[in-house]
Amino acid sequence: MPYSETDLLPISALQHLLYCERQCALIHVERQWAENRETAQGNILHKKAHGGKSTTRPEGRSLRALPLRSLALGLFGVADVVQCRPGEPPVPVEYKRGRPKKNDCDRVQLCAQALCLEEMTGQPVPLGELFYGKTRRRVAVETSPGLRRVTAEAAARLHELIRDGRTPTAEPGPKCERCSLRELCLPHLGRRGSARSAFDRLLDSVVAAEEENSR
Amino acid sequence: MKTHLNTLYVTTQGSYLAKQGLTVQVRIDGKPRAQLPLHNLEGIVCFGRVGCSPALMGACADQGVAISFLTERGRYLASVRGASHGNVLVRRRQYRLADDPSTALDVARRIVLSKVANSRSVLLRAARDAEGAANRVAELQAAANRLSASVHELRGATSLDSIRGLEGEAATHYFGAFNALLSNAPASDTFRFTRRSRRPPLDPINALISFLYTLLLHDARSACEAVGLDPCVGFLHADRPGKPSLALDLMEELRAYVADRLAYSLINRRQVSADGFKLLDNGAIEMTDATRKAVLVAYQERKRDPLTHPFLAEKTVVGMLPHLQALLLVRWIRGDLDAYPPFLWKG
Ligand code: SF4
Repeated sequence: MPYSETDLLPISALQHLLYCERQCALIHVERQWAENRETAQGNILHKKAHGGKSTTRPEGRSLRALPLRSLALGLFGVADVVQCRPGEPPVPVEYKRGRPKKNDCDRVQLCAQALCLEEMTGQPVPLGELFYGKTRRRVAVETSPGLRRVTAEAAARLHELIRDGRTPTAEPGPKCERCSLRELCLPHLGRRGSARSAFDRLLDSVVAAEEENSR
Repeated sequence: MKTHLNTLYVTTQGSYLAKQGLTVQVRIDGKPRAQLPLHNLEGIVCFGRVGCSPALMGACADQGVAISFLTERGRYLASVRGASHGNVLVRRRQYRLADDPSTALDVARRIVLSKVANSRSVLLRAARDAEGAANRVAELQAAANRLSASVHELRGATSLDSIRGLEGEAATHYFGAFNALLSNAPASDTFRFTRRSRRPPLDPINALISFLYTLLLHDARSACEAVGLDPCVGFLHADRPGKPSLALDLMEELRAYVADRLAYSLINRRQVSADGFKLLDNGAIEMTDATRKAVLVAYQERKRDPLTHPFLAEKTVVGMLPHLQALLLVRWIRGDLDAYPPFLWKG
């Protein structure tokens, strides 16, 4: 079932979803965003990629900051760069701060861009590229059937999460150490038991301790 | 969440703030005077005739840096916030909870309990520090005992009205002992507290605490907004157009610990003095510019004081308290917690 234009969600939310569903809900449902040095640097990198002019060279055109959408997936976004060489399918290129990651986040995001491009141009997009700032490496990514399936599932799950409007409770794990929303999320809150009785106990101890002192 | 606690307070009349790349540039008479990276800022507070470029306002709105405009004397006028601020789902739940009488009562009671308990802790801490000054110690302890009684009564209070009544009584006892918080026998009567007066403050102590409450309210308000809550719909404070009731609720638990302690220590350490205040023709008291600046600096420093958050059991600093409490509030509203735990200071 195709989505309507008003239902489109940002492609960038997929990486949050795959990192942690609670993080995704904090950002896209609760609309909380922790700006830290890393995300700020990420923004600068994107600004650079987007800021440049689109170029036309004999070997092809490089389109920058190209708006994308897919009604099938219900996603929209902006491709950092799309390379178009004559006689070849377009190649979306996504710039990432840092180095290649073990998980699928970056590949899924790129694949979503590729699927958007396919839908908009009617041409197949078999390849994309990830450019990593730390290693200054380009990594080619094949939009394989497996990756396409994972991407479509993530998009569907994203819509479900946003429609639901509830923030899932935290499942604290190693990922929390590197999470930029840690201080907002307070991942261990759920485990602290009843806040009501904690408050009562605290109040008792404050009042009692000081009654002792004042004797 | 902002871990940077720098608030830029701009008090120089005629200053202009503009965006320069990723920084804020402060211009005075067209000349650049200071430049601060935007991502290091938590908020910008403009006092009086201070201008701000639309580009800067946009960038701040984008990055969650609160900009507030106050009159030169610190009365709140307006703030700038971005389109993404405020979350309709969170707010809907907030309104529902605030509309439910038993929920509102439950939250309001805990807020006032913590306010009274914290006021009491402030008095008792001062009593310990005042060892040797027998009169002051006795007065502080007597007032603290009255507040203990208020705590017990509040626990059994069954209506918002009775909670507000008990809060009022407790405040009278607390402020009644305020002079005993002052350690230097004043040569003049400059720093003698008679009773709480706000509009306008009628003595220097009132002028001082009112100004500190304004700063704290600004922080509480931006904390509410930062977590997506509507600062105008509260539990203890009744709704009134334009009144930041939730921010006021949030401020109650922090007044004594954050602002009052700073007020009397400024006097005790002689960081403010009699000639730092002006008597206006109508009997109102106003701070001089120099005093206002000294208080702003001291408040910034106060925000850096470390503490361990009693509920979260995590190390933090005083300046984070409004944010942490707003977060706990939103976590309760979202359903992660079974109740909102206001801040309790273990003196
Ligand atoms: S701190 Fe952990 S649980 Fe919370 S959003 Fe981040 S990764 Fe998810």
